[in-house]
Amino acid sequence: MINSKTTFWGYRRENGRVGVRNHVIILPVDDLSNAAAEAVANNVKGTLAIPHPYGRLQFGADLDLHFRTLIGAGSNPNVAAVVVICIEESWAKRVVDGIAKTGKPVTGFGIELHGDHDTILRASKVAKEYVQWASELQREPCPIGDLWVSTKCGESDTTSGCGSNPTVGSAFDKLEPFGVTMCFGETTEITGGEQIVADRCATPAVREKFMFMFNRYQEVIERHKVDDLSDSQPTKGNIAGGLTTIEEKALGNIQKIGKKCKVIGVIDKAETPTGPGLWFMDSSSAAAEMVTLLAAAGFVVHLFPTGQGNVIGNPILPVIKLTANPRTARTMSEHVDYDCSGLLQRQKNLDQTGDELLEVMLRTCNGRLTAAEALGHREFVMTRLYESA
Amino acid sequence: MIHILVHDKKDTVGVAVIEGIKAGQELIGWVMEDDSTIKVKAVNDIPIGHKVATKEIKAGDTVIKYGFDVGRAVSDIRIGEHAHVHNIKTKRW
Repeated sequence: MINSKTTFWGYRRENGRVGVRNHVIILPVDDLSNAAAEAVANNVKGTLAIPHPYGRLQFGADLDLHFRTLIGAGSNPNVAAVVVICIEESWAKRVVDGIAKTGKPVTGFGIELHGDHDTILRASKVAKEYVQWASELQREPCPIGDLWVSTKCGESDTTSGCGSNPTVGSAFDKLEPFGVTMCFGETTEITGGEQIVADRCATPAVREKFMFMFNRYQEVIERHKVDDLSDSQPTKGNIAGGLTTIEEKALGNIQKIGKKCKVIGVIDKAETPTGPGLWFMDSSSAAAEMVTLLAAAGFVVHLFPTGQGNVIGNPILPVIKLTANPRTARTMSEHVDYDCSGLLQRQKNLDQTGDELLEVMLRTCNGRLTAAEALGHREFVMTRLYESA
Repeated sequence: MIHILVHDKKDTVGVAVIEGIKAGQELIGWVMEDDSTIKVKAVNDIPIGHKVATKEIKAGDTVIKYGFDVGRAVSDIRIGEHAHVHNIKTKRW
């Protein structure tokens, strides 16, 4: 049971934000720089390379999102220090300058005119200094209001709407009074429940912005769909789990925002919230894409309800999995951080499961590895808006 | 033992919350909204997580879950019958 005196052990960063992990990351700006980044991470123990397949010949809003995602990931308070590697030095500098605004140590390297060998050598020397420096940083007690908590569900089935999603909702309702910054999204998966979310918006301006984002995504679906989206929304896994239509999935999905929380603002993909409370992020519903966007927005711990058993993790943002499906809890137990299946047999109520989930969350914030972290799940997936030039 | 869970009194379907429900089995349903209990006889085998009709649904009827519209029945669905993609379709997209 949390209260105004509840604290957790976090790392307070130079800009005042608090992280629950202490990563030194090696961040490639583009696909070409993955090899060097992974070589540096192999040379220097305790560092973490974050390879990804994009960054060349993107333009306009798609390129802006690429940079926002990389700079956001490096700026996340779960990251102590960053080494940036790019084929072109000027773009490395652009990412370095963005991350440097947090005050944390960050250095960039360009591969052109040097080659991989020299770049790896120079970057490894800096990475070694960073990781030794970071290993001396100490956790300190931080008020619960310093936490940024995100949610998104995956491989949902009907038990998600009955148990695991409303458990997150109960937790969010309990966190909201203490000034915690929270976020949900999955724009297409609101379809059928959009009026319920609109009615929860704190002001007419927020409501208008939410409906703008919702309708914008509906236009994308209408433009590209073949037949209907029933091969994708719901997914095959959703349907195997008993979910029939997008409306049913949406109504289950929005159980995650609880019964009381107001939506105080709407942000675009990978944008950073500007105050405490519950935010809506316009985003894909694909698990790794959205969790990556949330990491880039600055969230430090994630609550991930699953029905059929999604196994996602993220290199920067610890992903806590909960399920209300007793079969998933039994057959995929190594992926499950919290089993709330007792709800479906009336053995527990949402008040209890919300408290129990928050206890698991606080232990995770204090340093306990999530199942996904222990199993090495590091899915870092950038959202693309359209074709490269 | 609860076999099926119903969110709202207005709902016309419930969710199987245990594994291995067989055709002909008498199912006990928990209506969460008012904490009441209903009984339904399963017409088909119902996998865990799948829905069963708790009221008579006619082709063209709106199917209700969470107290809201979750789609349209494309054939008649008897009480106790498996309710899924073969007899319910989205109204969107």
